[in-house]
Amino acid sequence: MSDITKQSLSELVENIKGKKLSSSEVTKAFVERSEKSKELNAYITEDYANALNKAKKFDEKPNLDLKLPGIPMAVKDLFCTRDLRTTAGSKILNNFVPTYESTVTQNIWNEGAILMGKLNCDEFAMGSSNETSFFGNVQNPIDKNLVPGGSSGGSSSAVAAQLTPITIGTDTGGSIRQPASFTGTVGLKPTYGSCSRYGIVAFASSLDQAGPMAQNVKDCALLQEVISTYDEKDSTSIDFKRNEYGKELTKDIKGKKIGIPKEYRVDGMPKEIEDLWKKGIEYAKDCGAEIIDISLPHTNYALPTYYIVAPAEASSNLARYDGVKYGFRAEGENLIDMYEKTRSEGFGAEVQRRIMIGTYVLSSGYYDAYYLKAQKVRKLIKNDFDDAYKKVDAILTPSTPSSAFKIGEKTNDPVSMYLNDIFTVPVNLAGLPGISIPAGHDAKGYPLGLQIIGKAFDEQNILNIAYAMEEKINFKNNITDWWIK
Amino acid sequence: MSKTKSEYLINRHDNQYEVVIGLEVHAQVTSESKLFSTSATKFGAEPNTQVSLVDAAFPGMLPVINEYCVKQAIKTGIGLKAKINKRSVFDRKNYFYADLPQGYQISQFKDPIVGEGKVILDMPDGHKEVGIERLHLEQDAGKSIHDLDPKNTFVDLNRSGVALMEIVSKPDLRSPDEVNAYIKKLRSIMRYLGTCDGNMQEGSLRADVNVSVRKKGSKEFGTRCEIKNVNSIKFMQMAIEYEANRQVDLIEEGQTIDQETRLFDTKKNETRSMRSKEDAHDYRYFPDPDLLPLEVSDDFIENLKSEIPELPDEKKKRFIEKFKLSPYEANILVSDIETSNYFENVIKKSDVKLATNWIIGELFAALNEKNLEITESPISAGNLSKLINLIKDGTISGKIAKTVFEQMMEGDKDPQKIVEEKGLKQESDPKALEALIDKVIDDNRDKATEYKSGKVKLFGFFVGQVMKVSGGKANPQLVNEILKKKL
Repeated sequence: MSDITKQSLSELVENIKGKKLSSSEVTKAFVERSEKSKELNAYITEDYANALNKAKKFDEKPNLDLKLPGIPMAVKDLFCTRDLRTTAGSKILNNFVPTYESTVTQNIWNEGAILMGKLNCDEFAMGSSNETSFFGNVQNPIDKNLVPGGSSGGSSSAVAAQLTPITIGTDTGGSIRQPASFTGTVGLKPTYGSCSRYGIVAFASSLDQAGPMAQNVKDCALLQEVISTYDEKDSTSIDFKRNEYGKELTKDIKGKKIGIPKEYRVDGMPKEIEDLWKKGIEYAKDCGAEIIDISLPHTNYALPTYYIVAPAEASSNLARYDGVKYGFRAEGENLIDMYEKTRSEGFGAEVQRRIMIGTYVLSSGYYDAYYLKAQKVRKLIKNDFDDAYKKVDAILTPSTPSSAFKIGEKTNDPVSMYLNDIFTVPVNLAGLPGISIPAGHDAKGYPLGLQIIGKAFDEQNILNIAYAMEEKINFKNNITDWWIK
Repeated sequence: MSKTKSEYLINRHDNQYEVVIGLEVHAQVTSESKLFSTSATKFGAEPNTQVSLVDAAFPGMLPVINEYCVKQAIKTGIGLKAKINKRSVFDRKNYFYADLPQGYQISQFKDPIVGEGKVILDMPDGHKEVGIERLHLEQDAGKSIHDLDPKNTFVDLNRSGVALMEIVSKPDLRSPDEVNAYIKKLRSIMRYLGTCDGNMQEGSLRADVNVSVRKKGSKEFGTRCEIKNVNSIKFMQMAIEYEANRQVDLIEEGQTIDQETRLFDTKKNETRSMRSKEDAHDYRYFPDPDLLPLEVSDDFIENLKSEIPELPDEKKKRFIEKFKLSPYEANILVSDIETSNYFENVIKKSDVKLATNWIIGELFAALNEKNLEITESPISAGNLSKLINLIKDGTISGKIAKTVFEQMMEGDKDPQKIVEEKGLKQESDPKALEALIDKVIDDNRDKATEYKSGKVKLFGFFVGQVMKVSGGKANPQLVNEILKKKL
């Protein structure tokens, strides 16, 4: 039994399809491990009893043709789940139970998966360490008091600690790739428009994208195949030909041209990261790829651009949490008083900071200088990638400028926290797919990730490169189960 | 002083002031469902029964444009002879209010779907062209109800997300009468197109009225005040008169006018300050990232053009040219699509001149009296047409026709049947009439002698007597002829 949670998604699917394991056995194993792992605080809402019931029902009449037959799964608490509380990590949605299901999670249940619970995340996905969650810090299973990254920190922690065989997160500026990198797991941010945003609590609409987080590339590809669908309910969803990413996965990347952007050698980058990147280049070469130096000249402007565009959209997206219709309400003397008290008490400090930044950059008199200019720079950043992709098929960079940091280390220094997203943010601004794979450890033994950035809609290609490199890297996560007494 | 009689000027001491008016009309798009959701839009439904998760702004809900509303806006633009923008952008207008669930209204700010156009008004002293600045699509808000509870406000979201067209005129209007004509014309065009029902009682048509004054002859515009959300033409006119006079008084007292938003108090008949320019909201407009720019092709627009019916201006021209109607008659008959349809149905099988007179005269008066719309007329176009034919072919006289018409107003009865049942058929048999006339002359020998001795005025007396004896049924023309011979 204890072996079950160590199995990858692909193995579990194979074992259930081969009737070697039942959904109940698998679900029970993950539920038990999740229950023993409360110290990680990966879950906001647990739904174990329902999960076990659903597993039982599945076993009574198993549909083994499905892609995720009876597979239990916890998901980031930013996805609205019918009849199960959805908080977005915020007090303001503490009591919110949706009557509807997000398209992405619906796609997952349609393939036979079973919801185990909702995973912790930074409040409204605003954060890089999961420390802004109203429901508390999440522990990185790698080491005690280490952040799991963010905003999909509950998701990365849960996958790394094997509380769920696989999960989904959302990525607005790195929220899948950075936590994957911090926990030694694989995270894919798909092309903007690949996965429907319907039913996902919005942070920054033009950047938000759901994606899979897994223990390995193959699992990631399989889940991407399930969640990526064209959806008329999301006007920014794009109707393009989607691959069967899992089935079409190949390690043959001979002759693929991989670009190395010189602008990603940022000042003050630890040598360990530099070394990791060099190693990554060697791995890619070993796989038969051709390495080409490229330039993405506007990289420097990506972070400031992101921290204008994302808060601007967020300030407007979060206006609906006003205490009038649903969620938390603080009583007030009048409407304005009620708004002020509800939003002051209901939102945490980081969310309030971003609402203020966003409100400021959209204000008349500042709009042109900030928001409009940021949109122009965003275009330039996108053009950089377009130019680069005339020469290369994919781009290789580190995922983060450092390994995971301690809980509390950066909470009083938002700018240093924001700098964590320096390698991931340009990808969101350009709407491209990017995947982070674990590639090594730093001196402290903490995992480090490499990022492969692809052309729009070219998920298959970066998954293939990641798959090939994964084999060469042969990464092993050192997880000691220190939290299990 | 005035160029024409209809020029609207405000006189104070030795000064004459001209009033400059521009309108922002909010016209509800005729559509089964809302601008970005599939909820119904029926008027008068129970509160909060036509609200989707999108309308109530639940987390993760996304707007999806209703193509029909886009078509309606483009059609309206075509009707306003306006430039259709093949690319337009939806923006968010951010502000907090209890009946605005998203915390922003989706509207079009920089790039509206329709650009410049024009509307032609028929004023007593000729045509007047009013420029259209733009037309854009936007969401309506919900409704806050403050008077159901002493402490709480109730919110009805049925209207939340309903599609509106905001039609912005240039500051080309100069009098309350022109505003009246403008609104009526706009309404007429949209009703012809089927893009807005123009029902002001139900709030389908409301306007923000921008008013400023300036000394006659001045080229500069004065400082304007915006009177928000006026929902009847009468109130618009009253508000303009009040507001223009208020501004003139201020100027005459040497004061300046503050640019501000005002409300019209329909009970006190005055405008009141709502908020000054300094207090104006900063709406933080920015393109809605949930929606892609709206792009329409030439083919899409051309297809819509082919669906545009004949509009009032063209119809009026045709009525004048083809049917020889006077501009006055044509104006009345084309003013709304139902009237013109009724008219055209009547004249399919009957005389144009008579039909025009009967519709504009008898029918309108009778409908007015019963407070009915033309669509509710008890007399169908077909039956009115029959009545006119009975007059035309001499079966009944005009006078009898009025009696028949009154009967028809009581229910859509066939005039032929009424005439038969009541024996109202005109007597046109010369022999029968001769007998009748002989008897009348016989009974009035003395008057006949007077007539013959030159008192020709008595002819009318004899006609009257014959008609009286015949019960009004005698053919007046024949009576005249026979009487002349006999006398």
